[in-house]
Amino acid sequence: MIRITCPYCGPRDHQEFAYVGDATLTRPSDDAGADAWYDFVYLRDNPRGPHLEYWQHVHGCRAFVKVLRDTLTHEVLATGTAADDLVAGGR
Amino acid sequence: MVPSLTGSGSGLHVAPVNTAAGMVCRRVFARRARAPIPAGGCMAEYSVFSLVRHALSGHRSWNRAWRDPEPRRHYDVIIVGGGGHGMATAYYLASLHGVRSIAVLEKGWLGGGNTGRNTTIVRSNYMLDENAHFYEKSLQLWEGLSRDLNFNVMFSQRGVLNLGHSDGQMDSFARRGNAMRLNGIDAELLDRDQVRRMVPYLDFSQNARFPIRGGLLQPRGGTARHDAVAWGLARAADRHGVDIIQNCEVTGFEMSGNRIRAVETSRGTIGCDRIGFAVAGHTGHLAAKLGLRLPIETHVLQACVSEPVKPMIDSVVTFGVGHFYVSQSDKGGLVFGGDLDMYNSYAQRGNMPLIEHVISAGVSMIPSLSRLRVLRTWGGVMDMSMDGSPIIGLSPIDNLYLNCGWCYGGFKATPGSGWVFAHTIATGAPHPLNSRLSLDRFSRGRMVDEPGAGPFPNRH
Repeated sequence: MIRITCPYCGPRDHQEFAYVGDATLTRPSDDAGADAWYDFVYLRDNPRGPHLEYWQHVHGCRAFVKVLRDTLTHEVLATGTAADDLVAGGR
Repeated sequence: MVPSLTGSGSGLHVAPVNTAAGMVCRRVFARRARAPIPAGGCMAEYSVFSLVRHALSGHRSWNRAWRDPEPRRHYDVIIVGGGGHGMATAYYLASLHGVRSIAVLEKGWLGGGNTGRNTTIVRSNYMLDENAHFYEKSLQLWEGLSRDLNFNVMFSQRGVLNLGHSDGQMDSFARRGNAMRLNGIDAELLDRDQVRRMVPYLDFSQNARFPIRGGLLQPRGGTARHDAVAWGLARAADRHGVDIIQNCEVTGFEMSGNRIRAVETSRGTIGCDRIGFAVAGHTGHLAAKLGLRLPIETHVLQACVSEPVKPMIDSVVTFGVGHFYVSQSDKGGLVFGGDLDMYNSYAQRGNMPLIEHVISAGVSMIPSLSRLRVLRTWGGVMDMSMDGSPIIGLSPIDNLYLNCGWCYGGFKATPGSGWVFAHTIATGAPHPLNSRLSLDRFSRGRMVDEPGAGPFPNRH
């Protein structure tokens, strides 16, 4: 079981959350062009190690929680609200 | 067929080598000291007579089935990944395309990744042409694989049955079955009574939460022994001169323009003319070392095996509501699995809530499963592509070829994947069977999305 600390509800089992996915992606503008949209929709860094991702606390406060989690060990390194910067550099 | 290898008395073997440039030169490499293999393959080496002879000496004098060579400084082709796909690629490159200087680099041990972690199911029951033609080729190769390798991979065409639980599901099965038949693939639509005669232990009671309305059967589908596939391919590839180098992790690449000149490994730097990745869930990790981003996420998928019981399930059965599939191994254990854990993971292990979910789906389908004990669970990491279909072909780097995006269906593709990947590497261009499974299909809007799930890798 992965334990995720929701910024509003505290530490909860990951079963309370729905996995949303990569939190490093920024939606391009509507007229950004095909390459930018291809990047956004299809390409992923898919790192082996720390991964910044969203989980939605669907069986709790329903907030989107930003989580920095190691994909090799499943260790949760940091959590915050969707607006928080968990990694230096703004990502 | 394993061709005649003419070993000299000194244990040296001379073979013509096709370089990537198409020139033929001669290269000498050391072979392990043992009698030359006679024409006709390894039949004489492995026979009832040799079995008796070795039995009399306590089975202590068998030759190793494949060598454990030191890496050479350069190979025409390097395949990264010593699983089924990598071994099959090397085998077909050597046996069909005459490439003689091939190394397979494996970071762990042969077949220790997803080749040793899958649920051994083989089928070709796909609806879309791109998948159907490719997987049917693979199934046809499975049908001759034991003879081809002279190694019993225990391919058992016991039938793969998908259960349908609603009118809509039966309609979609009829559509898929018709698409399969139009592509020359066997498919039979079964009604409830036919399913009941075939697999009477399912929940056909009045209380069933999801009543069974029928099913779609592919009689030629079945299972194979996954370890035997790795071993058989390894032995066959080795006898064509392929160097299988284990405990050799790729740690970086030396570039020369837009080409990979050499790979840096835990066992030194090895030069190459061409290189193919067949590393499944670790594709993203290797691609990142090259600065490549791919339409792939790596996810963990778990599977389970029960304690062994007497023969009970003589086919492969899949649940049509929850994600659950089961077959019975020759040792008697029920081998079953379900859905992804859903979050990105390279961990090769998952979490218990998903196991509980899978088993509850299984008990809903086969109530008697509740009496069984689970012997073991494990996880493997899947290269989930953005449309649920594999990517086999060229890459943005000139001499790099990609074989990835297998999602959780890679095992059944083993010989077909190796066959088309070998063609792609040898000729520098995809075979018609994998030309539509290209990397650029995502940017060109030609996805091969079997369930119509969209660009969400954990929904395929």
